[in-house]
Amino acid sequence: MRTLEQTTQEVLDLAAKHFRLPAGSLAPADDFFKKLGIDSLQTLEMLSRIENHFGIELPDYEVQGVNDFQTLAERIQSRL
Amino acid sequence: MLDLSKYQSIGEALKDALDQFANEVCLIEADRDREKERLTYREFKARAHPLAKALQDAGFAAGDRTSIIMTNQSKWLISAYAIFFTGGTLVPLDYKLTPDEQWQLLKHSGASVLITEYPIWRQLSASAGRALAANVRTVLVTEAPPNADLAGARRWEEFRGADEPTFVPRKRKDTACIVYSSGTGGRPKGCMMTHENYLEQCVALTSIYPFWPGVRYLSILPTNHAIDFMVGFFGPFTCGAAVVHLRTLRPEYVREAFPKYKITYVSLVPLVLKNLQKGLQARFDALPPGKRKIFNALVAINKSLTKSRPRPGISRRLLKQVHEAFGGELRAIIVGGAFTEPQTLQFFYDLGIAVANGYGLTEAGTAITVNDLKPFRADTVGKPLPGMEVRIVNPAGDGVGEVFVRSKTVMSGYLNEPELTAETIVNGWLMTGDLGRIDQSGHLQLTGRKKNMIVTEEGKNIYPEDIETVFESLPVKEFCVFAANYIWPKRSMVGEKLVLVIHLEPGQQYSEELRRDINTRNNRLLNYKRIHGVVVLEEDFPRTASLKIKRNILAERLAKLDNATAILPL
Repeated sequence: MRTLEQTTQEVLDLAAKHFRLPAGSLAPADDFFKKLGIDSLQTLEMLSRIENHFGIELPDYEVQGVNDFQTLAERIQSRL
Repeated sequence: MLDLSKYQSIGEALKDALDQFANEVCLIEADRDREKERLTYREFKARAHPLAKALQDAGFAAGDRTSIIMTNQSKWLISAYAIFFTGGTLVPLDYKLTPDEQWQLLKHSGASVLITEYPIWRQLSASAGRALAANVRTVLVTEAPPNADLAGARRWEEFRGADEPTFVPRKRKDTACIVYSSGTGGRPKGCMMTHENYLEQCVALTSIYPFWPGVRYLSILPTNHAIDFMVGFFGPFTCGAAVVHLRTLRPEYVREAFPKYKITYVSLVPLVLKNLQKGLQARFDALPPGKRKIFNALVAINKSLTKSRPRPGISRRLLKQVHEAFGGELRAIIVGGAFTEPQTLQFFYDLGIAVANGYGLTEAGTAITVNDLKPFRADTVGKPLPGMEVRIVNPAGDGVGEVFVRSKTVMSGYLNEPELTAETIVNGWLMTGDLGRIDQSGHLQLTGRKKNMIVTEEGKNIYPEDIETVFESLPVKEFCVFAANYIWPKRSMVGEKLVLVIHLEPGQQYSEELRRDINTRNNRLLNYKRIHGVVVLEEDFPRTASLKIKRNILAERLAKLDNATAILPL
């Protein structure tokens, strides 16, 4: 079982890879809309990649209003 | 042609439709690749009537207001039907508003019942705004987990009456819905839409884009939005068609839905349409040179054959793979909510996919004009729908003036705002605040909005939306042109300037190369139409649930910047 820290790190790595950013350029508290400059459609695409990685499903309502990696990782952790 | 003349209310028309099309499928609900529900009209009625009865048992009477705050799903439509059946007034609210904004509108609307989903209720019930709306006495929550704390709400699934409910008739002029066109900024604008508004709009729209049993409409725009309420509920239901809801709007599942459910119509906002265009273009660009050549030739043939009118049969044969990706049954993509770039419209039309662009506003009852595709015109928002009178008031030399509309679809007024209503509807004419001209063939061309414009010292009126097309495909995240005077008002009518507001891609800098690109594009404009500077905003543009830029909110945010330093010279 992953720890929350591990999950958070994996989320950050996946997001960096998805948006072709250098590894380590994202932090848990980053607002991904601001930091990555992405829109809601791009966020949904990123979530699909994260879901495939963790083998879970995150309903849209679970991620509505979530805009930082830390909270996203917590939502994922609760479903692992 | 659809005839709703014998009906007095939405509820009455739907009630008949449920019996007339009893065996037809009316709703399909899917979550990812799993189909969760498929209901016939008979089954829909069996779900809605116990809810209607329970509402009546709880004392819900004619004219009482119920709000729905839900994502697009079957229970949205079932609840709405139950409200109309019992003579109630529906208050559909945007599920993407903040809880405080939702409570503000719930209070303003005077709703006594709220129907919502558990995840939304979790946030609403914890919001301090709840104390404001004491008028909301009953809350029904869908899909709550077994041991969930309902915070005073009741389970929608258990709110059921035992006997048949009594149908409550309403008159055509009675209010059917209160729809908020704006108002989270302080002065709520609740448009009181009558039953007549919807009945007339439904007949007008379906005369151009008809529904019939077997048609499948993919509902993506929020149902509280006027467009989806009409073409994703009332329109298809009165004609026996089916509505497809997706609980997950991930792009891959939306793409899969087209072939899986053989979608006939879908409504999109320009942002999504453009995204779709980008995806398709990337796939075309990736074709090997030989195939690319053949593909281009087929597109050219299609263009020539569809010059005067769409020919779906021919287009589907010529460009088989493209059409199969859309399920092979798509008749039109309905686009609305914001200005759509002509190049995007043309891109799809050239592929044989008609994009039904139009122009409308909530106050006018959804659509005012629609492109009837006879022939397709990418440069206009189409012709007035049947029953719509459109005139241009105080036209300038170039024919541009404010668009006024008169029709049976125009709202009766703003809730609790008689003065605002009197300022907006004068002698039966709705003053839209939008500017446009009607060309010789009767098409409406929009040029901008009354408030966000400049008048040059040469006396030329320049509308930001008119020049935005020159910045199309600018390599930035998003952009918008403003009259600087609209953002930073000054009491002067001279020296007004236009500014380009850009939001950069992640990691992107406002480079010399980008500045040159903007400059080059700007220089394509006539000198009096050119922008005078660039404002870099480091945050997402505020958008509505339907992804339309909230220009007024964006302007408010920009106003906080010091215009002396925020405007970077070109």
